[in-house]
Amino acid sequence: MTGAKFCDFEKMAAIFLKYWDKYLIDGVSYTLLLSAITVLGGVVFASLLALMKMSKVAPLRWLSTIYIEVIRGTPMLLQLYFFYFGLPMLIPALNKQKFLCIAIALICNSAAYVSEVIRSGIQAVDPGQREAALSLGFGERGAMWFVIMPQAVKNILPALGNEFIMIIKDTSLASTFFIGDLMTQYLQIRGATYLPIEPLVITGIIYFIMTFALSKLFGHFEHKMQRSDRQSGTVRRRKLKREGAMA
Amino acid sequence: MAQKIIEVTDLKKYYNNGAVHALDGVTVDICRGDVIAVIGPSGGGKSTFLRSLNLLEVPTSGSIKVDGVEITGKKVDLPRHRQKMGMVFQHFNLFPHKTVLENLTMAPIRIKKMPKAEAEQKAMTLLGRVGLADRANDYPAQLSGGQKQRVAIVRALAMEPEVMLFDEPTSALDPEMVGEVLEVMRELAHEGMTMVIVTHEMAFAREVASRVLFMEEGKLGEQGTPEVIFTNPQSPRLQNFLKKVL
Repeated sequence: MTGAKFCDFEKMAAIFLKYWDKYLIDGVSYTLLLSAITVLGGVVFASLLALMKMSKVAPLRWLSTIYIEVIRGTPMLLQLYFFYFGLPMLIPALNKQKFLCIAIALICNSAAYVSEVIRSGIQAVDPGQREAALSLGFGERGAMWFVIMPQAVKNILPALGNEFIMIIKDTSLASTFFIGDLMTQYLQIRGATYLPIEPLVITGIIYFIMTFALSKLFGHFEHKMQRSDRQSGTVRRRKLKREGAMA
Repeated sequence: MAQKIIEVTDLKKYYNNGAVHALDGVTVDICRGDVIAVIGPSGGGKSTFLRSLNLLEVPTSGSIKVDGVEITGKKVDLPRHRQKMGMVFQHFNLFPHKTVLENLTMAPIRIKKMPKAEAEQKAMTLLGRVGLADRANDYPAQLSGGQKQRVAIVRALAMEPEVMLFDEPTSALDPEMVGEVLEVMRELAHEGMTMVIVTHEMAFAREVASRVLFMEEGKLGEQGTPEVIFTNPQSPRLQNFLKKVL
């Protein structure tokens, strides 16, 4: 043997068994939790940004555009640092709440991207739909809520699934601040074992399983949603005919 | 003279800071029970005129009075005004995420606060009138073009409008489906509904309309009974137009 092997599978297995319930499972939980918080918070904030960007009030449009461009035009790691150090200075209650600070940073980052997804999803709905709603006597708000949004959701959801997967990967940057996500756990295991590659491969496989499973899951829902578009009417009609509910 | 329901005075609509005059001073009265066919070459302002009547286009200047109330002002209750004006679009614009029945009941339930059972009963009666009661629980995507347009017509009727506006209702249909839609419109006309129809179906306009408006370059070129417009056109422009389309 001249030096260590590049990647020793026996060691990998040993590390996995030893650290799975000690570190790795925590990492998976924190990564999924952080991603879920980011997506949920991001969608809420993003909706606000999207509405501002489509607003008739010019300053609201500018504000939203500036925000989106700044977030998209600066590195995410820089934004994480900014929120990590900046938020506790602005809001003393967030002092030593680094998980929360990072979560807020990720939400602010994700919202900029998701707002564009939401906006284009809304604008992809045929303008004739709004006109039809208005002509029936709906106000702008009613048209948006009852006619445009339900259709826009179908455009938005698939892209939102992708965003969730992107965020799972992006949260690894948060390990810079040791907040307990999967990448943080890698750093801990590396420190404990002095092995850089083996735990990295294990971590990579876990990330891959999470993202691959989710993308298959979202793909399945997307497929189902499209199918219901075509079939549900026929199916419902047959059902109703069977029950003799409709003449 | 019958009761005036819509009075349009010197209506103008400019685009691009006045570079394009889509409507250039249109003045016309529409009375209760009138069936008005608006004909003319493409880009002549027919659709803009029709869409102005329920403020889907906001006119640059001029006045539109409906039941004596000016509707172009700032303080107008637009949704309330639009409830009086049913509109049928060239591309149907049915709500694809709702069943046929829901397309008809949505506005009465949400806007008029009609009880669901009552709205559904009325909707089924309307669907029966256009021969589509058995499609109530289908989605628009499952209907043919002609069926979609018949649904669109009764969806507008479900709000019990005073006037029905038709924006080229048969232009997007396959030829064999034009007849079924015109048949529904013909019945409506015979029932005394006030209708404004932008159309390229000259035979239909001649048969059903009480008055024909010829629009060109944003102006009202000529108007009169179908008899006068089609058999004795005055202006060379109308003569020229009819020569091309008849």
